[in-house]
Amino acid sequence: MIETLVQYKTVEPAAVKVWYKAARIEDFPANGGACISYKGLQVAVFNFSRRQEWYATQNLCPHKMQMILSRGMIGSQSGEAKVACPYHKKTFSLKTGKNLNGSECGLATYPVKIEDGFVFVGFEY
Amino acid sequence: MKKVVVIGNGMVGYKFCEKLREKASPSEVQLVVFGEEPVPAYDRVHLSDYFSNRSASALAMAGLDWYTSQNIDLRIGELVTSIDRENKIVSTYHGQKEKYDVLIIATGSSAMVPPINGVEKKGVFVYRTIEDLEGIIGYGQTVKKAAVLGGGLLGLEAAKALMDMELETHVIEFASRLMPRQLDDQGSNMLREMLQALGINIHMNKNTSSIRGNGKVKGLEFTDGSILNTEMLVISCGIVPRDELAKKAGIETGPRGGVVVNDQLQTSDPFIYAIGEAALHNNMIYGLVAPGYNMAEVVVNQLTGDGSASFTGNDMSTKLKLIGIDVASFGDPFGDNVPCKPIIFENKNQGFYKRINVSEDGKRLMGGVLVGDVSDYNMLRQIMQNGLALPPQPEDLILGSRGESSGDAIANLPDEAQVCSCENVTKGAIANIIKEHQLENIEQVRSCTKAGTGCGACSPMVADIFNETLKSMGKTVRKVLCEHFDHTRQELFDLIKINKIKHYDELLDRHGSGDGCETCKPAVASMLASIWNDLIVEQDTIQDTNDRFLANIQKGGSYSIVPRVPGGEITPEKLIVLGEVAKKYDLYAKITGGQRIDLFGARIDQLPVIWEELIAAGFESGHAYGKALRTVKSCVGSTWCRFGLHDSVSFAIDVENRYKGLRAPHKIKGAVSGCRRECAEAQSKDFGIIATEKGWNLYVCGNGGANPQHAKLLATDIDTESCVRYLDRFLMFYIKTAEPLNRTSTWLNKMEGGIEYLKDVVVNDILGIGEQLEDEMKYMINTYKCEWKEVVNNEGLRSKFRHFINSEEPDPTQKFDLMRGQKVPVA
Ligand code: SRM
Ligand SMILES: Cc1cc2nc3c(=O)[nH]c(=O)nc-3n(C[C@H](O)[C@H](O)[C@H](O)COP(=O)(O)OP(=O)(O)OC[C@H]3O[C@@H](n4cnc5c(N)ncnc54)[C@H](O)[C@@H]3O)c2cc1C
Ligand code: SF4
Ligand code: FES
Repeated sequence: MIETLVQYKTVEPAAVKVWYKAARIEDFPANGGACISYKGLQVAVFNFSRRQEWYATQNLCPHKMQMILSRGMIGSQSGEAKVACPYHKKTFSLKTGKNLNGSECGLATYPVKIEDGFVFVGFEY
Repeated sequence: MKKVVVIGNGMVGYKFCEKLREKASPSEVQLVVFGEEPVPAYDRVHLSDYFSNRSASALAMAGLDWYTSQNIDLRIGELVTSIDRENKIVSTYHGQKEKYDVLIIATGSSAMVPPINGVEKKGVFVYRTIEDLEGIIGYGQTVKKAAVLGGGLLGLEAAKALMDMELETHVIEFASRLMPRQLDDQGSNMLREMLQALGINIHMNKNTSSIRGNGKVKGLEFTDGSILNTEMLVISCGIVPRDELAKKAGIETGPRGGVVVNDQLQTSDPFIYAIGEAALHNNMIYGLVAPGYNMAEVVVNQLTGDGSASFTGNDMSTKLKLIGIDVASFGDPFGDNVPCKPIIFENKNQGFYKRINVSEDGKRLMGGVLVGDVSDYNMLRQIMQNGLALPPQPEDLILGSRGESSGDAIANLPDEAQVCSCENVTKGAIANIIKEHQLENIEQVRSCTKAGTGCGACSPMVADIFNETLKSMGKTVRKVLCEHFDHTRQELFDLIKINKIKHYDELLDRHGSGDGCETCKPAVASMLASIWNDLIVEQDTIQDTNDRFLANIQKGGSYSIVPRVPGGEITPEKLIVLGEVAKKYDLYAKITGGQRIDLFGARIDQLPVIWEELIAAGFESGHAYGKALRTVKSCVGSTWCRFGLHDSVSFAIDVENRYKGLRAPHKIKGAVSGCRRECAEAQSKDFGIIATEKGWNLYVCGNGGANPQHAKLLATDIDTESCVRYLDRFLMFYIKTAEPLNRTSTWLNKMEGGIEYLKDVVVNDILGIGEQLEDEMKYMINTYKCEWKEVVNNEGLRSKFRHFINSEEPDPTQKFDLMRGQKVPVA
């Protein structure tokens, strides 16, 4: 399981080599997430429609190694966009991936862009 | 830049890294860590949890990526074999060499194995690492009888684990007491009786002379000539500090082991420190995690701070965990360090023993022992550590509620009082952070202060301080939902109703701020459902995950399916359908505690298909996923039972069907018993109905769960119609006025006037709202729809049940094992 965690590394916008065309905007629930599969990775993509923002993080919750974050509830804490894992409600910043409940593991994050009604996620390979 | 090398990646070694990185960035201090074990540091204190969760990652102090993110060069599976002090280089078994400026020895200890003939035999284990436990689990499955050598803290923990593996369990203790270092004779006797009642066999005053068996353990022979047959032996006779490296390098070690350190934790070589269980401070090895953490802190201060911190010893208070019996010992348990007067209170009837040692002048608490009831542990330890004045009659401390309540005792604690000994957090620090950062819940307090994140023993106290601090800030008065709604649940309930608000977003725009969160979304979702009873999946992203997918999520991301079986009555035909569906979709089947059947392990995309089949066979959703009516249990009642007074099954079915789908602040459970023998356990339910000669007795606000509470009698000898009317009113009143996630018991406990007031509202209708409550309930009953039926018949809703949005594949990481012929998630 630990091996699967190390596959997930934050991709900075400047480092994007591939913009993967994931799905249409309407395929994502409003103010919620859905999971995409890309080269063996599972990435949770969030349509934060209330703020007109999009985020993507690893789908794997580092707390108990559960493939689940796309089914988490999103919201904000003092203005910072966050997602709460459905299992034990650990919360993570959607922007930085930081664990908001302590110093433990955070999430890898990925850039998202919208073009022609499609959602694209940025990867390094 | 300084280079620090750490030998040992155990609990204390890890804590050192964490604390060092808080103070020094990678550009200031380079950090290299060697660990002998194949996994990164894990929580050894909770090692026994491995028996139930079998997951090394669940025990991990931090994942590998934490070390990467902190720029810590962690090398696991690397045993350090020598220290070259002259050149400041360590070498490992695999030939790695590493230079250091400062070296930290955090090698912990190993289990002590006494020199008994036959300890090398198969079936002999120690209890220290995950690998040891794997050995015990594997071997334990092949045998029926096991013994533990050593009746100390760890030995008893091991014994409980063996008993949970369904082995016949024996504990052998050399001394005349269990936990000889923590308990006095009387306390030990009480503990022994309790353990025996649990089914653990205890043998005292036994000196083991040899381990019998040809190649593998067959039995134990004692010096008194007696013999105990056993197929397995777990040795737990104490610890030996791992000082072999230090000794070889010529660093001073103690005659009975341990690396000698001064108050700065420096060894005889000033560039080398020792911390944790390997360190010998003032002739003392500390076999507990809290002192080790303090040592780590002191060394970090030496390396990065002003060097003023020093280690001056630690309190050795302990609380036995996991065994199902509460035992604690603190300070000087025997009262023999200074002249003391013990005060002893033993209650064989309720099964507890308490002893406190009071200094001769009656002013100070020196220590004590608690067996069977440790509710006073935290408070007593605080009084002792902080030298607080004792009440004029010190016996009040253990005799209970004759004196002041524990809430006041919290207020009397000085700010310097250490509350969390693992993380060294004081009461003042907790209160200040709550005030400064306006913290709103215990989770935030835990993450900001780390209090309660170690052994967890102080958690109740942290909660008390949290409440106390909020009160002092004038805050408890209004229990607002969260940062997004400055309203109580009851206010929002009225706002939704009066303004006819049907959507979360509308409520947030009109009466809230920000973007919402995982606290207010499900709370509002529950209120909307309790008021309008619209299909909840239409606003699916404000629901908790179970409600969102109308099924309970399980480990590994699969879901369970719980069809309603009203009153627990089921026809053979329907039973067969459940069996066939389980077989067809390879689901794990289990009878629940709520008189119905749970089918586990369905993939998200299978849920609609499976439900389609169940609905076709006449099943409905059981709402096991919702804060809603769960089950109404029944006993077989007057139709079959020779004692039955009325038909409890029919009544239970009627009531369950009446309230099915009803959403509430928390789940609701009911039961109907056919006579006062109470086989349906109605008095432990949110509502319980018990047949009497003249009618029914209605009980309310009972609860199993973590804080069990018996239900209270609301009405006596009433007819069926009144019973239903009172139930309508009672449930609606609860739904409208309780705080989020409060069960009926908690709600009643907070209600001013208690059960008498509730009777006045429900039975005597003093508020004049009886009819309104009944009408509101009627609306809920008339608008009920089976949620699964709605989903199954709606393509748009069905399409949400998939794992990937860009592929039809199921989640490839979902894996199952086989256990007793059925599948279970891979641990
Ligand atoms: C399946 C079942 C255990 C079993 O195999 O028997 C079960 C399983 C769960 N229980 Fe339970 N409880 C089950 C009967 C009980 C009972 C016994 C009973 O109902 O007679 C109790 C004690 C009685 C009571 O509630 O007062 C019980 C007290 C709890 C509690 C503690 C509630 C409390 O107020 O303290 C929780 C936690 C919670 O609800 O917040 C809980 C929560 C859970 C959850 C939902 C935990 C979770 O979120 O994953 C479990 C998941 C169920 C699932 O995935 O299907 N379960 N749980 C039982 C389902 C009954 C049913 O048919 O619906
Ligand atoms: C079952 C159990 C229950 C316990 N319960 C409690 C409790 O309730 N409360 C409490 O306070 N304490 C409890 N303890 C004690 C607590 O776990 C220890 O005090 C704590 O783990 C000590 O930390 P440490 O880092 O000093 O040693 P350890 O955690 O033992 O770590 C030392 C590490 O160093 C490694 N190592 C050793 N030599 C070398 C070398 N030469 N090269 C590389 N690596 C090396 C070891 O393999 C080990 O991983 C319990 C212990 C056990 C076993
Ligand atoms: S008691 Fe209930 S919540 Fe706890 S493990 Fe069992 S089923 Fe899960
Ligand atoms: S698995 Fe995500 S919070 Fe526990």
